[in-house]
Order: sequence, then structure tokens, then C-alpha cells
Amino acid sequence: MIIKTNINGVNKTFDIEPHEYLLNVLRKNGYLSVKRGCDTGACGVCTVLVDGEPTLSCSFLAARADGKNILTIEGLQEQAKEVGSYLIAEGVDQCGYCSPGLILTVIAMKTQLKNPTEESIRHYLSGNLCRCTGYVGQLRAIKKYMGVE
Amino acid sequence: MITFGDYVRPKSIEEAYEIFKLKKNATLIGGGCYIRMGNRRIGLAIDLCDAGLNYINEDEDIIEIGAMTTLRQLETSEILYENFGPIIADSVKHIIGVQLRNIATIGATVFSKYGFSDPITALLALDADVVFHNSGRISLEEYLKEEGKRRDILEKIILHKKFDKGAFQSMRNSQVDYAILNAAVSKKDGKYRIAVGARPRTATLAYKAMDYINDTEINEETAMRAGEIASEELVFGSNTRGSAEYRKELCKVLVKRAIMEVEA
Amino acid sequence: MKNNHSVGKFIPKVDGEQLVTGKPVYTDDIAPKEALVIKILRSPYAFARIKSINKDKAEKVPGVECILTHEDLPKILFTRAGQSYPEPSTYDKYVLDEYVRYIGDEVAIVAAESEEIALKAMKLIKVEYEVYEPVLDMEQAENHPSKIHFRDRCHSNINIGFDPEKNIAAIYNFGIGDVEEALNKCDVVVKETYYTQAQAHAMMETYRAFSYIDQYGKLVIVSSTQIPFHVRRMIARAFDLPINKVRIIKPRIGGGFGGKQTAQVEFFTAAVTLKTGKPSKIVYTRKETFESTTSRQAMRIDVTIGADKEGKIKAIDMKALEDTGAYGEHAYTVLGAVGYKTLPLYNKAEAARFSGKAVYTNHTPGGALRGYGVTQGTFALESAVNELAHKLNMDPTELRAKNMIRKGETSPIFNLTTVGAGKEPIIMNSCELEYCIKRGKELIDWDNKYPRQYISPSKVRGVGMAIAMQGSGIPGVDTATATIKLEDNGCFTLLLGATDLGTGSDTILRQIAAEALGVDNDTISVYSSDTDLTPFDVGAYASGTTYFSGNAVKKAALKMKELIEEEGARFLKLDKEDVVFDGKEIISKSGDKKISLAELSNKLIYKNPTNQLTSTASFGTSDVAPPFVSGFAEVEVDIETGKIELINYVTVADVGTVINPNLARIQAEGGVVQGIGMALFEEVRVDGRGRLITNNFMEYKIPSRLDINNIIVDFAESYEPTGPFGAKSIGEVVTNTPCPAIADAIYNAVGIRVRNLPITPEKVKMLLKNKSKC
Repeated sequence: MIIKTNINGVNKTFDIEPHEYLLNVLRKNGYLSVKRGCDTGACGVCTVLVDGEPTLSCSFLAARADGKNILTIEGLQEQAKEVGSYLIAEGVDQCGYCSPGLILTVIAMKTQLKNPTEESIRHYLSGNLCRCTGYVGQLRAIKKYMGVE
Repeated sequence: MITFGDYVRPKSIEEAYEIFKLKKNATLIGGGCYIRMGNRRIGLAIDLCDAGLNYINEDEDIIEIGAMTTLRQLETSEILYENFGPIIADSVKHIIGVQLRNIATIGATVFSKYGFSDPITALLALDADVVFHNSGRISLEEYLKEEGKRRDILEKIILHKKFDKGAFQSMRNSQVDYAILNAAVSKKDGKYRIAVGARPRTATLAYKAMDYINDTEINEETAMRAGEIASEELVFGSNTRGSAEYRKELCKVLVKRAIMEVEA
Repeated sequence: MKNNHSVGKFIPKVDGEQLVTGKPVYTDDIAPKEALVIKILRSPYAFARIKSINKDKAEKVPGVECILTHEDLPKILFTRAGQSYPEPSTYDKYVLDEYVRYIGDEVAIVAAESEEIALKAMKLIKVEYEVYEPVLDMEQAENHPSKIHFRDRCHSNINIGFDPEKNIAAIYNFGIGDVEEALNKCDVVVKETYYTQAQAHAMMETYRAFSYIDQYGKLVIVSSTQIPFHVRRMIARAFDLPINKVRIIKPRIGGGFGGKQTAQVEFFTAAVTLKTGKPSKIVYTRKETFESTTSRQAMRIDVTIGADKEGKIKAIDMKALEDTGAYGEHAYTVLGAVGYKTLPLYNKAEAARFSGKAVYTNHTPGGALRGYGVTQGTFALESAVNELAHKLNMDPTELRAKNMIRKGETSPIFNLTTVGAGKEPIIMNSCELEYCIKRGKELIDWDNKYPRQYISPSKVRGVGMAIAMQGSGIPGVDTATATIKLEDNGCFTLLLGATDLGTGSDTILRQIAAEALGVDNDTISVYSSDTDLTPFDVGAYASGTTYFSGNAVKKAALKMKELIEEEGARFLKLDKEDVVFDGKEIISKSGDKKISLAELSNKLIYKNPTNQLTSTASFGTSDVAPPFVSGFAEVEVDIETGKIELINYVTVADVGTVINPNLARIQAEGGVVQGIGMALFEEVRVDGRGRLITNNFMEYKIPSRLDINNIIVDFAESYEPTGPFGAKSIGEVVTNTPCPAIADAIYNAVGIRVRNLPITPEKVKMLLKNKSKC
């Protein structure tokens, strides 16, 4: 089936299987920043923004992307560099595999959390697993980015 | 890997129901999270995402929640918070992460009567009703007791307003894991409702505990006693998350804590 | 150290910006689009023999390119363990075997145009199995009627105690003094049994590789691996190819933690590409990664430890039983480490003994996982030491101070267990355990919090601690090489065999080169882990990269500096002794003549003929330079539910010189959290038939962001003279303290002791319930 979607500000038309999930379609079409980390929607590595909302692309039917605005890191390079600069400064850009999903979630979080606290940041990001850093360094970096003491 | 033979996206629940009624091999797609993890071939997938079922509407006496409302929308809803306090948000906030809660829907969760579900327990404590498109309205309490699942489309969940307070408690090891046990307590016109879920079976009311607590003064001791009664009247099982014996112990604690939270 | 311009400074990772902007630099990102997709048919039985396998129908599915079974591939024995040749792991593996030895073991390789087609074809392969009774309990393995491996179909390079008739994969014994005699002299003895679980690596990027035949007819495999050079050797052996017909390239990888120190998927892409001539790729699912790769060996460790009433430890006896699963990769070396990287901590005991046995079972194979036996051994030994402290009514930190190894001291165990060690005592040139404990106590506020604080009627807090050591690479075995080239315009290229698995080794090795050369980091570009283009290095494991690869880099850099001074002197028409290279220029000591590096390099490159300066250096040693660490846990126990909240965790590490403070801190924090996962969250469950139930992230819970509270890391001022600029290692040691420290913190809080991991709320609650009944 044909779907019409907007990816990173560009209108795109894809021919997909109805049971295909967005992650597959994105990777097949060159959006390689979006990664697969697990089979059960538990790790957050595949996160993209669908109409601004952080969404697991592995669990979101590509058919539903019809008419929606999808954002991946490829379309948010300047913001990724900005958020990324805080991560790099802490040294938490380790294997980097969780980074695109994490950064997109952070970008969405910045617009959604009005009075962020350490607790609300941790909670907002609880769906982004990381095995390298132990989380606390990422929190230091993200608090700085969010302007939280 | 799951496969679909055909896929439709009806623009209204009526349209959805017409198709669903006719095709024996049709399966409804709610969130799409669980169904993905199987290996089934679905003959006809009816995606409800455009059927106009995503809403939280406040009326004079009731609140209507469309079946396709996401768990994240429940979590952040001002309407629900103003009317019921944090009980509903508390019942969904542990579920994996915002990215999954932006997809998973309350209708699919309730329809499937998932045993591990946290929000079902909260809704049960709030005496919710569910409305099926064809077979009509029924209390969640009754629906959960029904055998099996109806071949119908769950359209919305109805909550009655004017609750005094509600509280949701759960015990899980990792904070984003399924609960080993959960409990929700509500108070309306001075009367308590106590629901316990993830037993591991679906949530149910603890009637004897409710009779006890509704007939006595509330303090830590009586709250503890209510928890003990609930732990004796309810049936618990063992699974990968915990043993029946442990769940029984947890029941005492969670019911007590939920009651004390409501009282506070 | 204060005058260093590169070592000891925070330099951002060389690949950081590419990673955070999501550039396609991982294996699956650069795989050819037309590569055949490989799927593996796996055994549904824990132990069986394939009586017949029929792929006729499957092969006819349109889009299927080839299907390979054990009947199609050479039966050449090898080991998948990433270890130096000759490997101390029995060659007990074929690429595909007629025997399957665990649920998830490989049965057939299916290559097709798409994943969907491969999966469809897989369903049509007909396999008839002869099913045997599986060995599912390591404690029953030795006398079990089922024998998992066969002597005539295995080969051991060295005698590691392989005894397949008893399902024994390896034996490791050593001892000093007379344990029984020493125990008899003890006033207090603790004798307990500890169990650790088969922890999973859970790296975010699963295993994947792709292969193709290049323009020279060479088999090229691009793989998410920690051991490119060992993989090359294994592939050459398994497919009977000359070494120079195989090339392994490691791109950016998404974590390994030791899992990718065992070769897995490379065999499958090699088989398909060699058969079809076409590019092929395989990407493991998370389920396959849990079930069908490796995990930390589950163990049972019995510890007997005795002391006099003053608290002098006189004897320690450790008996370890290791479940190495279906294949014996790493069985022997992990087993030994359980004892020889723990017992030396208490070097003043007059007697110490380790007896270890690794058994085969029909479980997922064991493999390398950060800590590598030392994590399991530390849980057992440090728990026993803590239990001894309580029996002696002594503060656990005091018991450590009385008995632990210090700088300038030795342990005869090092001599017994280090390759190439003679009889000369092996002295600890650096050991700051004293500081690690003192500082750790300060940071957690031990004196005010030990043993417990009552917070509320239902919550009690307790503190507990442990110490640990590891190694910095494998003395006498590990080796590394680095090459530096001087390009034009004063730029350098650093070629490393060393393998960056995300930790930042490319970055810190460049820092070492910059320091030794005296140049800015920016002048050096790094390229690593390509068996054709980079020199030999054993790979990333055993915490060897900073020490071994770092020393090789330093040597190569110093050599290059010499060459620069030589050539600079020649251009200045001076003797070499009369010039100095200051990082930017080669200047005469009298100060009147100079040439910039940039100009010199251009003259050298564009000479006729070119004189491109290149230096290569290798490093190997039998020196023993272990890192040391202390860990302090503060827990809050909810006595009503049994839930453990880890409020604070402090770890103070002696890693020698800290090459890059920010990266080192993250290594410590990440390692601690993996230890916390093993202590509190990561349950492994296998059903009655041997199927791994915890085979996805829904069932197997690594710590989430909400499970981790405050972690404080500090580093001791320390300098290891044998290490590059004084550095040792950090990668693994930091994972070893959480399990015992948390277990004792819980004991100190509520008086119950859990000796089998993980320590779950249910275990705590049920022990508390039983205790209150007594």
C-alpha cells in the first residue's frame, strides 16, 4: 500500500506492506540513525518523533505514518549537535547506539516539560535504556542542557 | 513476524463495526504493540486509529475516554487529574517509557483484560463502565468477570465523577517492569472500593475487605486488617515475576498503603 | 604528571560528534543493500542429534539463495573463544554439527533475498531429531548419563582438564600452604556457599556481520566484534583458507562487554558468501542474542575462611563449580580467574587454595563478560570476608585493612598463575587500596551510617562494602602493536589493532601518542581494527587495551620522535644529539637553527624518493599490574515489601594514571551499574526443558534510569611504573564490588543474608518473614 508522510520536513511517498513497522521502512529508505535494539518495545533505541511525540518506531505501524510528520536525527542535526555537545562533554557518547533515540526524546522533553526537575527528567527518559554509561553521566549532561541545577 | 492479508482504516466506529461484523478473519488493531510480538497471519487488520476514538471528554456527571486514547494521554490529562487526583497517572507512569505509552491504548488494554495491567486496577477501583459499540454498556467489574472476550468493538470507558480520592500502589523490582502486584483504592461518599491486580490474573475487587473497611474507623491498624482480609479472600498465583506466597504478602501491604494514602 | 598536556586531560571522543548526530557508522548501516539476508534455524531441543535434515522444499521457495546444513560444511574443529593462539579452550565446535547442545543451537543457515523469504523457507526445512535427556543442572552434570561432548571429536591445545566422559570442560587448581592445618589454628571460621547467575551482556547493538568477496578474491567480513584478529584466524581455520585470504574489519560497534569476545555470526556470513560468491549479512534479534550467544558463567562457589580472634586471616579455601554451558569457550580461563584474581587480595594468609571445575551443560554457552570470573569470585570471597567480620564483631573495613595487599607487597599466587613468571616475587608497584577504603568511607559517611539507620517503621538503611582487583591485560599472553606514520603538513596517522567497543580506546590511545610525541591531539588521526591495514593486537578484553596497546603506542610514538629528531638534524646539518623536537619544531639546542615539523614532513614526503617516516612497536610483558577498587553501598530496605532501594553507591578506584578523567569516570559508573544489575535486577530463568525464559528485555530487566540513584566515583592518586604514563586499567574491576557490597549492606540493615544472586525483593521479604517467626 502507498503511504504519504512527511519525514524531516520533506514529503515522502512509500510503498509498504501493511504489516510493516515504521522502523523497517525508515531504515530501508536510508534513515539509518534509527536503530533496532530489541524485540519487545522495551529499549527506546528506535525512538522517532511522530507529530512531535517520542514514539517507538519498532511498534508503530508504518501505515499509521500516513499523513503524519516524522522527525529523525537526520532532520534535527543542529539540535542533535547541541544536545550531543553536552553528552560529549560528559564522556557519555560511549558506544553511541542509544544516542539518537535518547537525543530525540530529550528534544521532545525540552518542549514538553515546563518546569523540569531531576526526577521528571529521569522519568521522561525511563524508556531509553543504556548499558554503557550507567545513566548518571547522561543525567549530568541533560540537566545542564535543560538548565536544571 | 506478523503479517496482514488486508488492511483497512475505517473513518468511524460504525464503519469499523460493519467490516468487523462481516469478516470472520478480521482482527482489530488498537495500539499495535502486543500484536507485533506474535507470528500470526491476520487475514484482515482493522486499524482503529482514524475511527474517532481518541478523546477524553468531560460532561456534567461523567468523563468519557475513547478506546484509542493512549496511556500517555491518560497520564498527562488535566481532566483526569482534576477529577480523580493522581490515581490514573500513577497507574500508567511505570509502563516502560513515554515512547511506548504514546502508542499503547487504554481500550486495547481493557478489552484484553491483561492480568499484568496497572490501569485496569485503577479503573476498577473508580467503578468504570465500558461501552461496546454493539452490545452496549456494562460495568468494568462485570466485564472482567465475563468469560473470554466479546466479538465487538470496545468504544469508550465511562468514569463517574465526584470521587473523594483515589490511590494506586504497586510493587515491581525494576521501576519499568511489570508489577508483581498492584492495588487501587477509591473513596466516594465515604465508601471504599479496593481493587487488586496482577495477581497475576486480572484485577478484581476485594469484597470482604471492602465490607470490613466500610464498617469501621480508618486507621493504620484497620487498614492493615483490610489488607489481610483481602490477602485471604483473593486468589494468587505464581509466575516468572513472583510466587503466590509473595503476592499474598504484598497484597496486605499494598492495600494497607493505598487505604492510608486515600485517608491522608 | 602535572605537566602532561594530553594524558590526564579530558579529550572528547574522536567519534563523538558522528555518533550523536546519528551517522551511519555501524555494521548494519554500511552493509550492501543487495546483501543476502541470513536467518538461522535453531534447535528446539536442549540436547539432540539431527537424524535427518531435508531442505528440498525450502530451497524451492523463490528468492532463497542457499541453505546450508552440517552436511554441507567442512567438519573442522575450532574454538570460537577470542584468545591468543594456542587457545586454552577446547576445540569442541564445528560451524554446524549433527549434534545440537542447547535450545537455540544452530541447525541450518538460510540465505535469501529478504528476511521474510528466509523465514518462510525456514519453516519448510524438515528436521528429524533423536532427542536425549539434557543436562540442566550444573551440580548434576558430572554423573549425568548424557555426555555432551565426545573425546574423539574434540581437541585441546593444552591440558586444561577436559574430561568429556564426566562432562568436565576444565579443571583449575592451585594452592599455597596447608589449608587444613591453618584452619585448625583459627578461632573463627566461616564456611558458606554462594551462587551467581548467568548474567547477560545486554549490549544495545546485537551481534551482526556482513561479508563480501573483494576485488582480490578475498573474503572480507565486517563485524561487530571485539577480536578482529582472532576472528580472522578462526575463519581461516574453519573454512580451510589461508590467513591472507580473509580480512576482518570492525566499524563502530554498539557495545560488547565481552560478548563479542566470542565469535558468533561471522561463520554464517562467511559460509554463505563463500558458497554463493555474493555479499551476505546477518543481524541477530535480541532473542537470539540472549539465547544463542553467550552469557556470564553461572557458578556455585564454596568458601571457607578462617582467622584468629584478632582478625588475622590465616586460611582461605575456595571451591568453584562453573556452568560453561554447551560449549567450552573461555571455560578454563574464567575458572582460574575466580581464584587467582581474588585470593591475592589477602596475601598475608598463610594458606590459600582454589579448586575449580567447569562443567558442560545443555544451557546457553558461557563466555566472557566484564569481570570474567572475578566478579563471581569477588561476590563469594568478599561476602565470606564480610561474614567473617560480623562473626569477629569487627568493622568490615577494619578487617580489610588488617589483611589486604598493599603497595610493595606480593602474593605467591601471582607466581603460580602468571604465564612467564619465574620464582622472583612479583611486587605490586602500585596499590592504593588503603586510600580507596579511607576515601570510600568518607564519601559514603561510613562512620555515621555503619551498620544501620532506622528511617521509619517500615524502612531501614544499611551500608556495606567490598574490595576487588582485576588484571591489566593477561601478562605473558597479551600483545599489542601500533604503527605511526608521518604524513605531510605535520600530520600523523596512528594505526591500531586495538579495538574500540565504544569505550573510547581510539581516543585515549591517541592521547598517549600525543603525549609521547609532544604534539596536539588534533595532529593525529586514528584508524583501528582492520586486519589488513592495522597491525596485530589481541583485541579488547581482559582490560588490556590501556596497558598493552597503550604501551605499544607509547613505544611507537617515542620511536617516531627519535626518527623526527634524526631527520630534522639531518636537514639542519647537525648531529641528532644537538637537536630537540618540541612538538612543533625541531630546534638546535643552541637555538639558532630550526625547522617546523610541517615543513620537515613535506620535505620528506615530496623528496625523490619519498622518505615517509613510519614507526611500529609491539608490547608484551609478564609484569602484573592489577587495578584495585573499593565499593560502598547504602541501601534502604522496605521491610514490608522486601524492596531494596540503592540510595548511594561509592566506588574509589586505583587505576594508575587516569588517561582521560571524563571517560574513566563513565567507565566506572557504567561498570558499577552492570554490577548493580547483577546484584539486584537481572534474573535468569530456564524452564524444565532448558528453554531460556528470560530471553528479551521484557523478562530480563537491566537497570533502568529510574533504578539508579546516586553513584560517586573517585580515583586514587596512583602511578604504575610499568604502565604507559603510569596507567593500569579500569574496564572490568569496577563491576566487581556491587554484588558483595550490596549483600552486606542489606545484612547490616535487616540481618538477613542472601547468598544467591540476584537479591530480589521476594527473597528478602521471605527471609525477613521467616526470621520474624523464629
